[in-house]
Amino acid sequence: MSLSLEKKKQLLLQASEVRERTAELIVHGGGGHIGGDLSETDVLVNLFDYMKHDPKNPKWDGRDYFVLSKGHSAEAYYVLLNEYGYVPQGELDAFGSFGAKLGGHPTKKVNGVEANTGSLGHGMGLATGMALALKMNRKDNRVFVLTGDGELAEGSNWEAAMSAAKFKLTNLTWIVDRNRLQISGSTEDVMPLDDLEKKAESFGFHVIVIDGHDMDAIREALESRTEGKPTCIIANTVKGKGLYCAENQASWHHKTPTAEQLERMKADMESYRKELA
Amino acid sequence: MEKETCRGAFSKKILEEAKKDRDIVVVCTDSRGSASLGSYPEELPEQFVEMGIAEQNSVTVSAGMAYMGKKVYAIGPASFYSMRSAEQVKVDMAYSHNNVKVIGISGGISYGALGATHHSLQDIALMRAIPNLIVEIPSDASQMTGLVDAFLATETPAYIRIGRGAVPTIYPKDVKVEIGKAIRHGDGTDAAIMACGQMVWRALEAAKLLEEQGIHVSVWDVHSLKPFDEAAVIEAARACGCILTVEEHSIYGGLGSAVTEVVCANHPVPVAVAGIPDEDVPNGSDSEVFEHLELDPKGISERVKKLMERK
Repeated sequence: MSLSLEKKKQLLLQASEVRERTAELIVHGGGGHIGGDLSETDVLVNLFDYMKHDPKNPKWDGRDYFVLSKGHSAEAYYVLLNEYGYVPQGELDAFGSFGAKLGGHPTKKVNGVEANTGSLGHGMGLATGMALALKMNRKDNRVFVLTGDGELAEGSNWEAAMSAAKFKLTNLTWIVDRNRLQISGSTEDVMPLDDLEKKAESFGFHVIVIDGHDMDAIREALESRTEGKPTCIIANTVKGKGLYCAENQASWHHKTPTAEQLERMKADMESYRKELA
Repeated sequence: MEKETCRGAFSKKILEEAKKDRDIVVVCTDSRGSASLGSYPEELPEQFVEMGIAEQNSVTVSAGMAYMGKKVYAIGPASFYSMRSAEQVKVDMAYSHNNVKVIGISGGISYGALGATHHSLQDIALMRAIPNLIVEIPSDASQMTGLVDAFLATETPAYIRIGRGAVPTIYPKDVKVEIGKAIRHGDGTDAAIMACGQMVWRALEAAKLLEEQGIHVSVWDVHSLKPFDEAAVIEAARACGCILTVEEHSIYGGLGSAVTEVVCANHPVPVAVAGIPDEDVPNGSDSEVFEHLELDPKGISERVKKLMERK
């Protein structure tokens, strides 16, 4: 079902706010993986609007499950969890301080978080196990896992992909934040990943390639499933999206904006929101 | 002497329990044969998951299932589960509080001439340094069976190492196992022998040899490497004045290290660590290697006598 114009506008507005607040959080907290935070934002915002979940009852057994395998991109996730009421403002404000509940990688101690991640190449297997258990219990809840693209050099992802296909996990959707950059440069220089679409297909996935900043395309892909196969959404994104100086810059994998850069970003976001309105 | 394999005992027990509890799941890595799983996969296909030769993914998928409430027993070679998937054990089981029990089979030098690729002689060093993880090495099949009951009563993840061959029965079939509690055999005070796994029956045999020579020792079965029974170690040090540790593990980081840490900090007495030296293990069966390394009953008894000279 395509998004109504109103819903699309609402999601774009929220994504813009999440981007701005993520940058603020990183500046306030003294650092974060801003590049991947900003590339994944549209997918996250759309997914949280689409998934079945209840912030008032985080352990509701009818919920869908989300695993952030690229755990380093935690800041945008925290901001979104805060927007939905899972994470109180006080916890968010404490990010970066000694003893804070919110660390550089998410843990289940944080309300709404389903998996401890941070070491790359674990989320796919965890999500596969979760989806398999749901299938064993004849439940129709869905499981979504978001990986990075540089992360896919970890072989454990491909072990997990093989097993997800073996178990015919229609209830599993793997989303790749395909921003094509990692800390040392282009993913294709560091460890070539293309043709990722063919790779995922040959591993037995129903594959959809989209513009990861196109809200309509994201929603359509989240809805798309093929019986007997897990789904892989390759979301082509821009690393650092929305922070003018960080877009498509590998050096912004983990970097803190200066006060001036943050102000300029806030102004950009503000004028973007006015345009949308 | 009655003998039984720990893997056989585990398989029999888990089939019995899984029939009563639909949330129990057994996970294999192309290891159903070597695990002696018998009819489990056929009898309970919906509670059996074959992951192929992929220990890392096996642990992670098991953790995902555990998060959804399954009680997962992942069984496969100790050498691969403990080292290849060490990070998955650390992150997805222990750090993430997911109720997975990894049963490492053919542990230590069980695989004999298959060589160092298949030996697990560093697993305890590694696993006991991971917080929120139970580490167990049962000494006989009865204890293995009792451990399953203990595991079903706790959601704490665990690593269990068992050997390949049949081991002499030490305990009655219905023995209750208390995780974290060492078991004392005998009341001799000339020396203490603290052992684990299939070195326990060898230590008990060594105690008999020593008894014939008028030397009275106590043997502790330290099946729990974590939580570690520090009180038992202190008791052994106080009562006997010297401790020989015996294990099928590198002399570094295993039972010997654990005992030494406790003795040094609490009640210093001479300790000797008997285990696999820091060098290549010669090809041969485990019994042949133990004899060569003086880890057989006779070798153990000689080590005790040498240690007593330091008292």
